[in-house]
Amino acid sequence: MASKKFDIQAFPGFKPITLLCLIVLYAPLVIVTVYSFNASASLTNWEGISLRWYADVFSGPESEKFKIAARNSFIIAIIAATTSTAIATLAATAMVRGGAFKLRTVSFGLISMPLMVPEIVTAVATLIFFNAIGFDRGLLTILLAHIAFCIPFAYLPIQARMQGIEDTYEQAALDLYATKRQAFTKILMPLMMPGIISGFLLAFIVSLDDFIITNFVKGAGVETLPTAIFGSVKQGIKPNIMAISTMLLGVSVVMVTLSYLVSKSDKTK
Amino acid sequence: MAAGAASGGSATTDTYKEARTWLLMPAWVTLSFLILAPVLLMLVYSFLTKEFRGGVVWEFSLSAYDQFFFDRGLFGDEPAKIEWTYITIFWRSIWQAGAATLLSFLIGFPTAYFIATQPERVRPMWVFLITIPYWVNLLIRTVSMKFLLRDQGPLNDFLISTGLIDSPLHIVNTNFAVQLGLFYSYLPFMVLPIYAAVERYNFTLSEAAADLYATKMTILRRVLLPAVKPGVIAGCILVFVPSMGSFLAPDLLGGAKNFMIGSLIEEQFKGNAGNWPFGAAASMILLTMVLIILLIFARQQAKAEKET
Amino acid sequence: MSDTSQIAIDVRDAVKRYGDFTALKRISLSIMDNEFFTLLGPSGCGKTTLLRMIAGFEDVTEGAIFLYGDEIENLPPNKRPVNTVFQNYALFPHMTILDNVGFGLEMRGASKSEARRKAGEMLELVQLSQFSARKPSQLSGGQQQRVALARALAPKPKVLLLDEPLSALDLKLRKAMQLELKHLQRETGITFIFVTHDQEEALTMSDRIAVMSAGEMQQLGTPNDIYERPHNKFVADFIGETNLLEVSVDAVHEGRATCHLGGGHELTCNAVTGIGVGSKVHMSVRPERLFTSDAPVEAESLKGKVVENVFIGTDISTIVNLDDGPQFTIRTSNSDRGNKRIFDQGAEVFVNMELGAARLLVD
Repeated sequence: MASKKFDIQAFPGFKPITLLCLIVLYAPLVIVTVYSFNASASLTNWEGISLRWYADVFSGPESEKFKIAARNSFIIAIIAATTSTAIATLAATAMVRGGAFKLRTVSFGLISMPLMVPEIVTAVATLIFFNAIGFDRGLLTILLAHIAFCIPFAYLPIQARMQGIEDTYEQAALDLYATKRQAFTKILMPLMMPGIISGFLLAFIVSLDDFIITNFVKGAGVETLPTAIFGSVKQGIKPNIMAISTMLLGVSVVMVTLSYLVSKSDKTK
Repeated sequence: MAAGAASGGSATTDTYKEARTWLLMPAWVTLSFLILAPVLLMLVYSFLTKEFRGGVVWEFSLSAYDQFFFDRGLFGDEPAKIEWTYITIFWRSIWQAGAATLLSFLIGFPTAYFIATQPERVRPMWVFLITIPYWVNLLIRTVSMKFLLRDQGPLNDFLISTGLIDSPLHIVNTNFAVQLGLFYSYLPFMVLPIYAAVERYNFTLSEAAADLYATKMTILRRVLLPAVKPGVIAGCILVFVPSMGSFLAPDLLGGAKNFMIGSLIEEQFKGNAGNWPFGAAASMILLTMVLIILLIFARQQAKAEKET
Repeated sequence: MSDTSQIAIDVRDAVKRYGDFTALKRISLSIMDNEFFTLLGPSGCGKTTLLRMIAGFEDVTEGAIFLYGDEIENLPPNKRPVNTVFQNYALFPHMTILDNVGFGLEMRGASKSEARRKAGEMLELVQLSQFSARKPSQLSGGQQQRVALARALAPKPKVLLLDEPLSALDLKLRKAMQLELKHLQRETGITFIFVTHDQEEALTMSDRIAVMSAGEMQQLGTPNDIYERPHNKFVADFIGETNLLEVSVDAVHEGRATCHLGGGHELTCNAVTGIGVGSKVHMSVRPERLFTSDAPVEAESLKGKVVENVFIGTDISTIVNLDDGPQFTIRTSNSDRGNKRIFDQGAEVFVNMELGAARLLVD
């Protein structure tokens, strides 16, 4: 197999490009992770491994700011992801199992609108909207904006999953005297779970990571992790930022691994 | 694809037909109030008069659009001239996004192709590797990129220590740094659709072409690329559109000289110096462009689907 | 007991339309209590649509359906005391076998333990008790099939609907399941409505068969009726193997029609009402009703030449070209070789059949 004389599929150079691609993708992350353990206060010199910048994150001069920002970020991400996933699950059920209806295309357009409109435009529009209706900017405005913005991210994996589930399962349940509600909760929901979990995790990460919209609707003095980091970075990259980045990177990797495991453990296919 | 339509079973089933209005209601309400209404309101705002401490006066005015396109205003005393400042920024955004898209394609296509031709068992692992960085906070990725590329950063240190260069390369605060940042931000969006298209590609077509004396390059150009075109177009759109309106990469990697439309818009809403109608108008112009691109794309895709 | 109480399912003038397309064109049929009834036809003939209308998954555009005298076409599937065995079984992948079988009982209000106990009994009936804790994906196709059957039978439905349940099984297993299904139907006394496109399966299992094509019922009758006395060209062609030849009718007399085939060969067929003198129609004669000889034997003998002999296991199939005329296929059982001769390729022979073996068909 390995020594095929003429492999129709192989193009010389594609493998090196792929490797280059991976290096470009990972090099910055690896470098930042490594330098977050630098004992030196200078960015350029390597002075051995130390956890001082992690200690600095938790007890240094900026620790209070980051602690509050982190708490805000996680609270918003959890509520926004939960809410948008619930909304998306119901919507996907109607879109995939609701038969043909006139408003389907309109509904799909509305659901995917946050993906089509450039994020900065959504941010501006949301700011103008809250301002016009006299809604004071703060944590609640961030949360509302995140719920809306996260819906398509939760929706797409759920819809994809549901389309993969044959409708005969629900028909079998109805045939065996289940009500539609029972067919939904006892059959469709458990089968959709991998999609729902992926949708939730994706929405969670999107909310946790969001900078642009948050930056517009947050109001003075309210910070989430990304806006706090951005504020800090504006004055130059400091080692404690690299430590925070590394920890956030860890959260992301845990999330993505979870979602990978969920999709792998799914044996219904 | 009549066979696909027949064996694919029912495209729409109607188990929850009666309940669908109630099931969709939360999504309709949330998105209408928090996305659709705001965008419409923004359109209205772009035709209002600015107030000097931020915000608007409810008086109809075309001055925001006027200011975007014309010097001294179309309705002023002196003859109007085209105002190039903002058009240049807009043009730079298109150019930067285009360059980033091209870069993503040149790297992303071979990558996607390589992954799609790996044994089926290991393909998910490769896809996983490509997508992990996307899950990492965009801000952190951009900051990492800046750290890596700085004049005294690890990349320059490395290049100098190997003797390839004598003095550091100035990458940060150039157009190229922005392109690199955009490429880095959205690469997975290029790789995934192309990967999906190549995976569906029937390699017997390549064999048939080779059998008819085509070289590998000819096969790539005349057979493979046309077959996976929808995936390529999808990838390009998915990189180009967010790049156009991006804010972080130009702001952190580009510096003041390499302003893009995202930064221009952001500036209008910060502090008291802003001009809300102008920001709304710039957003509308950006949104219109993006929607036109998406519309053309949707038509292309519909045509491509008919052909296959 | 009145007559109608004997009717399990009564379909009256049922029509099914999807937009402009009519899937079922006014079907009426009565399925009797305790009957093994089969809807047979090629794919797209409307048989599955009819079954799904009885189950409640498809709306009835026009007409009515009665279940033991009660009108049911407007009831949702969960209010109809009929159960379905789905083509791909549709076993709930996230539940154990036991919970799958107990699902219907539980939905009808049985307690969890009660449902499990009865489900266990059903699993015993299909000899799968040892698998009750497993998930469907851990079972073979044949085992899943039996679980699906047990699940549909557990709530004791008045009618059991089976939608091509054997099509995913290999030939040997399919044959075994055919017999098992037949036995199960007799033991339980439940009316079975079985959908299949496999005519052999239909002939083997059914009390009565409805042959369908293009949304219309072509013929309704016992397997013997349908095989031996097909009404029309479609049924003759679809059921079993046959010689289907174009003829023109010269005379009709006392239930017999004198016809001629291409090449001027004359043949007497069973007449059918509606086919008069001068009509150009088809006639059918089964290959096993024919035999070859070197001299005319029966009243109906046609002269021709052997083109080929094909060995097909239990039988030998002989293809004979009539002089200047059509081709016949003759089937001789290998066990019958003592009585009937097989002629070599190229031999001049007579094709013989008894009077009445050939039937005229409406188109």
